[in-house]
Amino acid sequence: MRSFLLRRLLLTFPVLLGVVTLVFSFIHLVPGDPVQIMLGEGAQAADVEQLRHRLGLDQPVLSQYGRYLKDVVRGDLGISFRFGESVTNIIFSRYPATLQLAMLSLFFGALLAVPTGVLAATRPGSWIDRILTSATLLGISLPNFVSGPLAIILFSIVLGWLPVSGRSGPAHFVLPAVTLGASLSAILTRMVRAGMIEELQEDYVKTARAKGLSETQVLLKHALKNSLIPVVTVMGLQFGTLLAGAIITETIFAWPGIGRLTVQAINSRDYPLVQGCLLVIACTYVTVNLLTDLAYGFLDPRIKYQ
Amino acid sequence: MNPAGFLRQIVSNRLALFGTLVGTFLCLTAILAPVVTPFAFESQNLPLRLQPPAVGHWFGTDELGRDILSRVAYGTRISMLVGFSVVLVSSFLGLLAGSLAGYYGGWFDEVLMRVVDVLLAFPGILLAIALVAFWGPGLEKLIFALVAVGWVGYARLVRGQILKVKELDFVKATRSLGASDSRIILCHLIPNIIQPVLVQASIGMAGAILAEASLSFLGLGVPPPLPSWGAMLNDGRSHLFDAPHLVLFPGAATILAVLAFNFLGDGLREILNPRLQGQSPLFR
Repeated sequence: MRSFLLRRLLLTFPVLLGVVTLVFSFIHLVPGDPVQIMLGEGAQAADVEQLRHRLGLDQPVLSQYGRYLKDVVRGDLGISFRFGESVTNIIFSRYPATLQLAMLSLFFGALLAVPTGVLAATRPGSWIDRILTSATLLGISLPNFVSGPLAIILFSIVLGWLPVSGRSGPAHFVLPAVTLGASLSAILTRMVRAGMIEELQEDYVKTARAKGLSETQVLLKHALKNSLIPVVTVMGLQFGTLLAGAIITETIFAWPGIGRLTVQAINSRDYPLVQGCLLVIACTYVTVNLLTDLAYGFLDPRIKYQ
Repeated sequence: MNPAGFLRQIVSNRLALFGTLVGTFLCLTAILAPVVTPFAFESQNLPLRLQPPAVGHWFGTDELGRDILSRVAYGTRISMLVGFSVVLVSSFLGLLAGSLAGYYGGWFDEVLMRVVDVLLAFPGILLAIALVAFWGPGLEKLIFALVAVGWVGYARLVRGQILKVKELDFVKATRSLGASDSRIILCHLIPNIIQPVLVQASIGMAGAILAEASLSFLGLGVPPPLPSWGAMLNDGRSHLFDAPHLVLFPGAATILAVLAFNFLGDGLREILNPRLQGQSPLFR
């Protein structure tokens, strides 16, 4: 187990280096002069040169890369062109809002998925199962840029129950978290259903029933516990997808997180800030995937890593 | 499976049938958009702006008085064009890279897998957003960005399948009969691993349509006045209170298209893998 942990940790470093390299190379994908594009057509030549120097773009590419790597290791992601302050500070002032939203979405997704998945699995092929499975397919196919505005129309405009945007109270969390977590919930419901159907056919379930345990005990204490292991893994892997999905959800609900910041940075062509946001989201994704992999070993004692 | 048998299987599988019928309808709409739509997608009529659905404008009009039905129909063109281009190019690149890496192994396989690891370290849509953000908006750049993200999945799938199939006896027999590497790959390996690629292509089509709409929603897709469902949804956001039909129709079109290709993928998976048949509780 220890060697697995070490190997998995060591394998993460080349991936992180690849991520940093890719993010660094993005600015060189800009067609034309990125500095001219950032400053606009009418910019003075002196201003262009000054910004080019400040961003280090007047250096050879290899030396730019070396400097970028060094800065990233020190936690320095550069200076935002739009805000005029440290990219790291801007990102980490918005990061908690995104994490909060992603965690709530994850919680909502699991809260809905476990009972519905168990319900569908205990009556496979019934009308309840068909309705729930149809709903999950709809949930998977329902993009958040469609479900978000539809939820606003229904819950904010027609019913007047929830606020449209902002982050000043618990009610503000409901629509963004549900919108972001809806497709995750659909995926998890399908996983819980499939896992439970499989587990309910196992011998240990028959034994538990033969011992006279109630159906609730059989379902919740035995079958559900075992079927949740892959679900926890998928939850971990989907956390990164939630961070990417937050870009759209935060834009819809004017949520002051890193997703909306990314879109604002793209629209104002603030390339250092865009790079910083991408790097932080990708590194979070890699880290969460690593933690999920490690947690998997602890959750399922049958797994022996070679 | 011969083509007639395959077609019979599609007709008898309700998931695949629904996906095929809706997919065909969307393709026909895309091709025939100039013939079937009552107005040009860019034709403005300011006195009739933000009209609710009514006779003459069945889906209503937008803030510039443009007919939403016509724009949704033309939007199908963009979605289908992006979807098919991304799926075709990505699956071709994935087949090429995955089969070479799986068959030959060695340094090419090592390099490919490291590239795949790095690209998979980004959530797919995030990488596409990043590429378009730096390349700039535009239809062809959007397609390039989605291909750059999309081929990875196919390459990994194909490589895994090739690694499995190349050890089978019939491949060894073909090699001992003197067949060249290219003949083994093209005539023996690829036909034997194409089924999961077809399933992935169908689901990838749904993903590409969704990604195009997402990027257009963020203003990173096709430039105006070309109509994209995502851009129409974004435009409609500022009129949620007074004209909700602006988001309802492009939203419904997006859901229908994504659902259809997801259904087709699920149906194909059932048809091509008989062990899965009847497992889906839907439409039995």
